[in-house]
Amino acid sequence: MSIEPTTLPVRSGEDVVKVRQAVRTLAMDLGFSLVDQTKVITAASELARNTLTYGGGGEVRIERLNQGPKRSGVRLTFEDRGPGIANIELALTDGYTTGTGLGLGLNGARKLSHEFDIWSQPGVGTRVTITRWK
Amino acid sequence: MNRLASRLPAIVEQHQREILAEWVRLQLESGNWRAGRLQESQLRDESQKFIGLLAGTLQNTVQFDARNAQWAELREFLSELSRSRATQGFSPSQVATFVFSLKQPIFGRLRLALAKEPEALADAMWEINTLLDALGLYTTEVYQQAREAVISRQQEELIELSTPVVELWPGILALPLIGTLDSERTQVVMETLLQRLVATGSSIAVIDITGVPTVDTLVAQHLLKTVSAAQLMGADCIISGIRPQIAQTIVHLGIDLSAVATKASLSDAFALALKRRGLAVTSSTAAARG
Repeated sequence: MSIEPTTLPVRSGEDVVKVRQAVRTLAMDLGFSLVDQTKVITAASELARNTLTYGGGGEVRIERLNQGPKRSGVRLTFEDRGPGIANIELALTDGYTTGTGLGLGLNGARKLSHEFDIWSQPGVGTRVTITRWK
Repeated sequence: MNRLASRLPAIVEQHQREILAEWVRLQLESGNWRAGRLQESQLRDESQKFIGLLAGTLQNTVQFDARNAQWAELREFLSELSRSRATQGFSPSQVATFVFSLKQPIFGRLRLALAKEPEALADAMWEINTLLDALGLYTTEVYQQAREAVISRQQEELIELSTPVVELWPGILALPLIGTLDSERTQVVMETLLQRLVATGSSIAVIDITGVPTVDTLVAQHLLKTVSAAQLMGADCIISGIRPQIAQTIVHLGIDLSAVATKASLSDAFALALKRRGLAVTSSTAAARG
């Protein structure tokens, strides 16, 4: 993937795989270490699956950040028009889930990122933005 | 301003045979056709068929429109050609060149026929130029679609790749997992493992995740479920292939794998499995010396 930002759909399980691959390609291209690559890919995987499972599908914007020669990073914005999250604090609690998962994904994605921002309005949708610097 | 009625269709129709001869000669000379596995006879046939269809269609319209039924036959032919060339090993530009290379012989013919009518010549040139460009690009589009179809089929096949459960030692099974674990495939894989545990009467299963690039919460959940199920059946599980980056990520995610024995490599896990079964591997040369 050479042109950023890219927007990819998140509408099926295969899309989640494609999101991971796109994030991996970008992270490798930016020279992320293997550990950093794995962290950002895993965070992307969690959020993409949340978008799919709880948001009813949406899309992700993948951006390459360049702030000076030594500071580069990946920013991912997941957006859906699903039911939204009524209590964000609760949703970020480890072990809490309204579905059948482990309830660790959302907070896990936050811990795997350097910057984490979540916006959600019940009935409107949810937007999660994470950034991981090299 | 009234545009002159196009002279292009009549000229192509009338000089079809000369144009074809010249075109085939040029193509054979250029050597472009040798790039793939194409027979000279096939090149001749295809060229003849194409120019025949082109001359026929030109009688009705000179503007290419892929959706228009008038172009259906030619479009079919080009799609077929593009697909077969793709499998013969031609690149998209080489396929398009087949169409583009027709320009030269037609231009030559038009110049001869319309030498005294510069305006009609310019019009006809423009028409055939635009038309052949559109047709050439169409072959590229079809080529691309054919490639994409191949790629998505391969992706599906990869996802469907079955994972074998292998017996490392009597009583010790191994399940080398490869690829994406968040698909429905996981369910099948896990069921296979449980069935094989019963069938072989094994008491230890090593689940190797060296080939799983991403271990997120869903993958971990699948693993934990399988381990619990195996434990209910009286079997022990060892998860191997936990690489440093995976270990760090699992810790960040807050996934608790402490209930399961985990090892960095498959050989470590195998050694542990042997130990649990009261077996040991010794060096035969050392034994001989001793």
